[in-house]
Amino acid sequence: MSQATKTEPKEALFSKKNVKILKDPLNESNPVTVQVLGICSSLAITVKLEPAIVMGVSVLVVTAFSNLITSMLRNLIPNRIRIIVQLVIVAALVIVVDQILKAYVYDVSKQLSVFVGLIITNCILMGRIEAFALANTPWKAFLDGIGNGAGYAAVLIVVAFIRELLGAGQLYGYQIIPESWYLDNGGWYSNNGLMLLPPMALIVLAVLIWVQRAKFRQLIEN
Amino acid sequence: MNVNGNSYTYVFSVVMVVLVAVVLSVAALSLKPAQDANIQKEKKQEILKSLGIEVTRDEAEASFETYITDQLVLKGGKLEANPETPAFDIKMADAVAKPMDEREVPLFIAERDGKVFYIIPVRGKGLWGPIWGYVSILSDGYTIAGATFGHKSETPGLGAEISLPVFTDQFPGKKLAVNGAYQSISVRKGDAAGDHQVDGISGGTITSVGVESMLNDCLQPYMSFLLSRSSVLSAPEGAALSDTLISVL
Amino acid sequence: MELVNLFIRSIFIENMIFAFFLGMCSYLAVSKTVKTAMGLGIAVTFTLLVTVPVNFLVDTKLLQPGALAWLDPSLAGYDLSFLSFIIFIAVVAAIVQLLEMIIERFSPSLYNALGIFLPLIAVNCSILGAALFVQERAYKTLSEATVFAVGSGVGWALAIVALAAIRERLKYSHIPAPLRGLGITFIITGLMGMAFMSFMGIKI
Repeated sequence: MSQATKTEPKEALFSKKNVKILKDPLNESNPVTVQVLGICSSLAITVKLEPAIVMGVSVLVVTAFSNLITSMLRNLIPNRIRIIVQLVIVAALVIVVDQILKAYVYDVSKQLSVFVGLIITNCILMGRIEAFALANTPWKAFLDGIGNGAGYAAVLIVVAFIRELLGAGQLYGYQIIPESWYLDNGGWYSNNGLMLLPPMALIVLAVLIWVQRAKFRQLIEN
Repeated sequence: MNVNGNSYTYVFSVVMVVLVAVVLSVAALSLKPAQDANIQKEKKQEILKSLGIEVTRDEAEASFETYITDQLVLKGGKLEANPETPAFDIKMADAVAKPMDEREVPLFIAERDGKVFYIIPVRGKGLWGPIWGYVSILSDGYTIAGATFGHKSETPGLGAEISLPVFTDQFPGKKLAVNGAYQSISVRKGDAAGDHQVDGISGGTITSVGVESMLNDCLQPYMSFLLSRSSVLSAPEGAALSDTLISVL
Repeated sequence: MELVNLFIRSIFIENMIFAFFLGMCSYLAVSKTVKTAMGLGIAVTFTLLVTVPVNFLVDTKLLQPGALAWLDPSLAGYDLSFLSFIIFIAVVAAIVQLLEMIIERFSPSLYNALGIFLPLIAVNCSILGAALFVQERAYKTLSEATVFAVGSGVGWALAIVALAAIRERLKYSHIPAPLRGLGITFIITGLMGMAFMSFMGIKI
């Protein structure tokens, strides 16, 4: 049969190695800030916390299952058409997720709109499939998918937190900055509208990277 | 088995395509009724919202029956009570693609607290995709009673704000006519004044411009109807009402 | 005139990178030297030029509700639009793989320079994004879709070449160590994006 059954015969489900696979993407090999994958969608939907969270969860589900399925099929996929096969798996998953969202959680699906489709081209998916799922057993690939999805979600949530708070004075749609602070109401505060514009997503992300690399200096590029 | 052989590749692709096609078709077909029901109910919800009636999606069906008294179709400047396609089923996306004078567009008549309202659907383009909405107009034919907007994919926090009260609350009381001549609403950048202007969304310029041209474009076919309503007010003795209009009232 | 308008708009005002931030992955990874950036820019433009019209035809002739009517009036009731994501991406992937083979055969040096990034064009958001835009904005004719595709590609190439030129200069400047590489690139792109935003108000 396949080599898969031979390589890792008896390893605990949450061995040290597996936990590392799960946890690394949260920081040291974060898909967004270190591996530079999946930037496109992180910019457009981080204006507010709510879509960022929903998007993070959707990506997590799709990365986990696309990694799992590709890993299960990895010895069967002809090398020449592997990219198309991977894309078909990802696209099929995304369509199913999209259809389910539309039928049962209509309001959430409206929130995500076009970005559900753009999950297909989120580089995290293809990147992790190519770099990890094709060479590892299904369980490991599944953990890697969850880890990377969570790492991606974490970055989205932090960026969205900063942008929504400074740009709109709200968090998750609730007013956080007291109304009486605003200039309109005789206060001294004003929202920074620039935060809501797309370029600020990049700059907030850059600051995050700066902070992360100042702390973990092994990540600094030459 | 040679995984990279030609014949294997073909077999693999065919099996994959068939499998995926089956899975997706089953998913799409089995979920379609639920999705369509969601869309229908939401449409009713939106139509009611332009009247200022907020209902949950599940209540929409019943309330729609209560408030909406008539559904007509406007075609070539004439109102038809029994058109080929029922007013509710007209797809605005197809309707607005046609030239102004060939359009078949719906007009909903509502009654609330004894007052008659006209509800007009509008549809246009935002930054990322289509935007749409409903404008309800008082029985004088030119004063806006309320408006609601929806969008497919505008940027959250920017263009997407057109669907929020921050934007829509500006519409009640605005006028669509000056001295009996049609004048649409323009969307300004923070300096709106008077009866024909509202403030756009800062940072959502393209969406705001989209709303402006959508209103201008979609309200126009109703112009003759709307203006005949206002002339009735200024000259009540003028019996220039067509039979259709009388039957509507 | 309408087409010239659309072309200019899709290059400057609705720039794929600065207005929509699509295709950022390869944009960041391959913008270290002007030469490779140019190569990728041309590859993306070419891919857009081929894939968008094909996807446009697939959408209008096969997928949209009632699109099958041209084959036989009895097929008018079918709505295959739920398949559009997967068909679009399959068309893109097939064409990219073809392109990869062609470049490998005719220009080994370009092939070496672009290396592993060529397969990534398939998941370049700007390619799928352009196909989805054509669908969403309901462009009516094939020529409109094609002009939009080329304009978007040129705009994308312009952005990546400009960034590569700046990054070549950056080698000689003192940047705080943790900001080197990715961090400063994001900030520069953000600033370029702000500059390009000034095109947004223009109406041609």
